[in-house]
This record gives sequence, structure tokens and C-alpha cells, in this order.
Amino acid sequence: MISQLGHGVRAWLNEMGFAFRTLWAIFINGMGLWKRPRLITTQLHFIGNYSLVIILVSGLFVGFVLAYQGYYTLNRYGSEEALGLLVALSLTRELGPVITALLFAGRAGTSLTAEIGLMKAGEQLAAMEMMAVNPIQRVLAPRFIAGLIAMPVLAILFTAMGIWGGYLVGVQLVGVDAGAFWSQMQGGVDLRDDIGNGIIKSIVFGIAVTFIAIYQGYQAQPTPDGVSRATTRTVVISSLMVLWLDFVLTALMFK
Amino acid sequence: MQNKSLDFWVGLFVLLGALALLFLALKVGNMSSLSFNKSYSVISKFDNIGGLKPRAAVKSAGVVVGRVGDIKFDDTSFQAVVTLQLDERYKFPKDSSAKILTAGLLGEEYIGLDPGGDAKTLVGGDQIKMTQSALILENLISQFLFSKASEGSGDSK
Repeated sequence: MISQLGHGVRAWLNEMGFAFRTLWAIFINGMGLWKRPRLITTQLHFIGNYSLVIILVSGLFVGFVLAYQGYYTLNRYGSEEALGLLVALSLTRELGPVITALLFAGRAGTSLTAEIGLMKAGEQLAAMEMMAVNPIQRVLAPRFIAGLIAMPVLAILFTAMGIWGGYLVGVQLVGVDAGAFWSQMQGGVDLRDDIGNGIIKSIVFGIAVTFIAIYQGYQAQPTPDGVSRATTRTVVISSLMVLWLDFVLTALMFK
Repeated sequence: MQNKSLDFWVGLFVLLGALALLFLALKVGNMSSLSFNKSYSVISKFDNIGGLKPRAAVKSAGVVVGRVGDIKFDDTSFQAVVTLQLDERYKFPKDSSAKILTAGLLGEEYIGLDPGGDAKTLVGGDQIKMTQSALILENLISQFLFSKASEGSGDSK
């Protein structure tokens, strides 16, 4: 019983240690990549551009729904004019980074895990090492950096799209005054405290999701079953991680 | 050739993100509150500032002319020392008075600046002498109840 516990703790520590060593190796190897930006842009195209459609459409619809729901509640207090502020604050502070990160884990994270896992199953990573090419530098680091860049950009696009969606429903459909909608928003949203903190969140989520995806692929059992299990784990672990990190970051930023 | 078009799409992606950030900064966040205009700071002492907060607006005739810089407590006069950062475009007479007002019945508090008649204008570091404290609702109610009670006791005599 006790030795089982000890074994579990040791295995966990081992796993954590290996994960952080991998992360460190990615950082170190990522430094040298500025000489070969093409590796990063290829991945940025794969991770960023292909996620664009789902992010923009979700942002638009989240904005639509937020405006309807916000109006429904605010109407009871006779303060529909605050709708712009409600939509903008919820999107910049919470929903923008979090939903983008969850979608990003599903859209880009899984494909990263599957790609790297299949490379490993096909012994491509081992072949690279045989040719004295460091797979961490050639395969992992460019993907990590691309994820790091793509995630904040996607979160900002999601937020902007959501606010536009909120404007469409709130002003054009439901009939909140356009001037009040924008001026309340501008009066209440702070550039550093709200938008800046949202961007910090999205960068942290980008690091977490991309790293978990890459690490799961790199650590996958080199079998079809192992790759499929690694892909599932990527979604589960990174979604939970995003929600947990969001709680921690919100608590830290809360004043 | 294929690399060229790939670069184009990646560039477009990043550009789109930058545009969205610009939209957030200008249209959603209040970029103008991060005022790049030069300002001069004036201090004023209040007996009670109520719920006034840093970065609250300073208005004259309803127009925002500055922001509250910081708020400190002076333990010799037991008053609140409020630094007002006024926009350099606007000049005020030296004998202007400041009072703490509330937007709406329970809204956010701001400082109203009433110009006086002095020919000299306020410069950085000056103090606004005439101030009027915030209206504290509890004090008002207790005063009202007190006067009612004294009225009542006067009747019974």
C-alpha cells in the first residue's frame, strides 16, 4: 500500500522532471532557430492559418449569444446601455483567452500530437538522430514557437470578432443605442488591466497547450494505439490545464 | 514559389492579429485615457473624499479636463491630499474651487472644478485652496434623523 504510493509519487516526479527537461531543451534549441525562420513560418501557417476559420466563427457566435444573454439580464435592471461593457469585459478578460485555448487544443494541439506521434511510430525521429539532426531542434522547437506566436494572435482575433458580434446583435438587432454601447465600453475597459492581462493569459495558455501537445506526441507509445491515446490525453490534459491556469491567473490578477 | 505564397498567408495572419489588437486598443479600450497630452499637477486637500479613486475624471463645466493622479493622507491636518493632473491646454484661475461630485445618484465620483475670477492662472505644484468634500449618504441620513429627533423632543415640551 505505502510502497504503491511511493511508486506513484516517484513515477510522477520522474514524469515531471522529464517534461521540464524537455521544455528546457526546447527553449535552448529554440534560441538557435532565428537563423532558420522558414521552419517556424511553415508551422505558423499550419497552426495559425488553419485555425483561423474555427476561431473567427466561434468568436462571432460567442459574441452573438453574449449580447442576447447580457441584454436579457441587464434589461431587468434597466441598464441595457452597459451591454457593450459587459460583452467587452467578459471577452477580453476571460472568454477570449479561455475559449480560444480550448479550441486551439482541439484544433491545433491534437494535430501536433498526432503528427509527432506518427513521426515517432514511423521511426523518423530516430532516423533524424542517426543523421545527427537533433529532432528537438528540427521538429519540436519550431512547432512550440509557432504555437507561442499563434495563440495570442488567435485570442485577440477571437475577442475582436466577439465584440463585433456583440455589436451586431446588441445594436443592430436588439436596439441598444450605438453611442452608449461604445462609450460605456471605452469608459470601462482598461488597456493594461483588461486587454493586457487577457493577452498575458493567452500567451501562458499558448505555452501550456502547445507544450502539452508536443510532449504527448514525443512521449507517445510508437503504435497506432499509443498515438490515439496520446491525442486523447492532449485534449484532456490541456483543457484541464487551461481551466486551472485560468483560475490561478485570474486570482493573481484580481485586485 | 510555394514558399512565397506560404509567407504571404502567414504574413496576412499576423497582420490580421495586429489589426484586431489595434481595434481593441482604439475602439474597445480607452486609448485616450492613456493621455499623451502634457499635464501639470495641482494638489488640493479635502476633509473627506468619499469614494473617489485614482484615475477618476476631473471635469469643469462637464468636460473632462484632467484625471486624479494619486490620493494620500496628510497626518498633520488629517485631510486627504489629492493630486489633480490637468491637461496643459486648459488654464484655470488661481482661486478656482474643487468639489467632489457624484455622477447620477449612486454613480462614480469625480472632481468638479469651478473657475474663480483671479487673473493669474494655476501652475504646476499649486494648491487649490477652496474645496468641498464628498457628500456622504450616511452622514446626511444621520443629520436628518438627528434634526427630526430634536424636532420631536421640542414638540413634547
